[in-house]
Amino acid sequence: MTPDTMAPPPAAILRFDRLVKAYEPGKPVLDGITLDITRPGIVAIIGPSGTGKSTLIRCVNRLTDPTGGRILLEGEDITTVRGSNLRRVRRRIGMVFQEYNLVERLSVIENVLSGRLGYMPFFKVLLRRYSDEDIARAFELLEAVGLDPAFANRRASQLSGGQRQRVGIARAIMQNPSLVLADEPTSSLDPRTSVEIMELMVEIGRKRDIPILINMHDVGLARRYADRIIGMDRGKVVFDGPPEDITADHLNRIYGGEGWQ
Amino acid sequence: MSRPALHRQAFPPNRGKQAILSALIVYLVYAVLALDVSMARIVTGIGNAAHFFDRMFPPNTDPSKLALIWDGMKQSLQIAILSTVVGLSLSLPIGLISARNIAPAWLGGPARVLVMICRSFHPLIVAILFVKAVGFGVLAGALALVVATVGFVAKLFAEIVEEISPKQVEAVRATGASTLSVLLIGVLPQVLPRFAGLSAYQLDSNLRNSTIVGIVGGGGIGAMLFTASQRFDYDVVLTIILIIIATIMTLEFVTARIRKILL
Repeated sequence: MTPDTMAPPPAAILRFDRLVKAYEPGKPVLDGITLDITRPGIVAIIGPSGTGKSTLIRCVNRLTDPTGGRILLEGEDITTVRGSNLRRVRRRIGMVFQEYNLVERLSVIENVLSGRLGYMPFFKVLLRRYSDEDIARAFELLEAVGLDPAFANRRASQLSGGQRQRVGIARAIMQNPSLVLADEPTSSLDPRTSVEIMELMVEIGRKRDIPILINMHDVGLARRYADRIIGMDRGKVVFDGPPEDITADHLNRIYGGEGWQ
Repeated sequence: MSRPALHRQAFPPNRGKQAILSALIVYLVYAVLALDVSMARIVTGIGNAAHFFDRMFPPNTDPSKLALIWDGMKQSLQIAILSTVVGLSLSLPIGLISARNIAPAWLGGPARVLVMICRSFHPLIVAILFVKAVGFGVLAGALALVVATVGFVAKLFAEIVEEISPKQVEAVRATGASTLSVLLIGVLPQVLPRFAGLSAYQLDSNLRNSTIVGIVGGGGIGAMLFTASQRFDYDVVLTIILIIIATIMTLEFVTARIRKILL
């Protein structure tokens, strides 16, 4: 291929353009974040509590509304979309939560199927008329995330933390997302389960060729599993690069002081 | 430099609470005095009660009377079941809308006012109004109990809805589900079991109230109870009371069974 027939660089899957969020005027939690997520793989956002990691992620699917700047998803400006357009944006973005956020009283399989809600009219939801393909795929996903199909009809509340997070991941993937957000997905789990969940995320990101944006404060896990690390401090990006480039200096800057190590 | 002595108190006195408690005690003493409760009155009262009970036995078991009473009881049951079904179907949406974490203020405000109005009158007063509006009979009684059901269930249901976990709702919203789907999948599963509990309680309550709306013309067994006691037919009164007790106990048994299966 000659240079002049080459396509222009593909639009970033996700772009933050000078994004600002201030819950109180004059006190920005996000202070002009500019980032491009162009490639599939794990992007870990690290930083101390209260530094705006969650806010950043929640701005993407607009569980939080930004105050300024822009967010582009696959080239489309989604900063101010509303109503049914917002719902169409949300269904392209899977989300995994720290406390799993499953509907506790629903069965495991119905929690997985709820990933399809953005694609279904209300009357079908009311009658629980999920398509046969969706149901078949939900069972496949249960296996893909390492859960025995025997769990399908149990209530979500009967599962352990690690199992619930697997269901949460299956629900996110059920959406067929272009992007997955994960807000501290391992912070409520024990170290061993955390590793399992991270490995599952890596595998899913690779298999489905989608970027996974993960907030975390465990630097060790981030270094081990991320393809790219973004360090945040007080609402700004202070490091952006591959995990091997992050140094003790960076970490001290991100976490302030050395006592944490 | 010595530190200033800290004034430390683990349980600082709550003046407001003390004032309310003292006022309550003063009022209770006043009320007892004002009512002129005396030993003599209690003693005659017990005597009257004994006489009254004496005239109740044996209960009247005349078949024609029994058939009549059973007709009244059937009417009462109809009132109870009808008002519960209609009242609950209204309470579910009204209660959801009244919850502050679900609906915007322009929708929730009027809903809360409606519920408050439903609550502010005793079912008997509402029954009197409906008897005037739609005439004597079952319909008036049933409508009165629909109002009572909405007043009670919608209010408590709204409070239950306000206590749900927002996290589960948020996760469903994040999938791109529409508002109604979010309610259906994210909110209702969290609150339906408790709504079912409220419903069972309200059915019991409506059963009890359906036996009394008859006194003001709302249909059912209450009218017979009232007439019988006005005519000093205490043996009939006892039969009616026994039938009411038996019916309510049977239905409580049945509703308990239904709850076990459903929940």
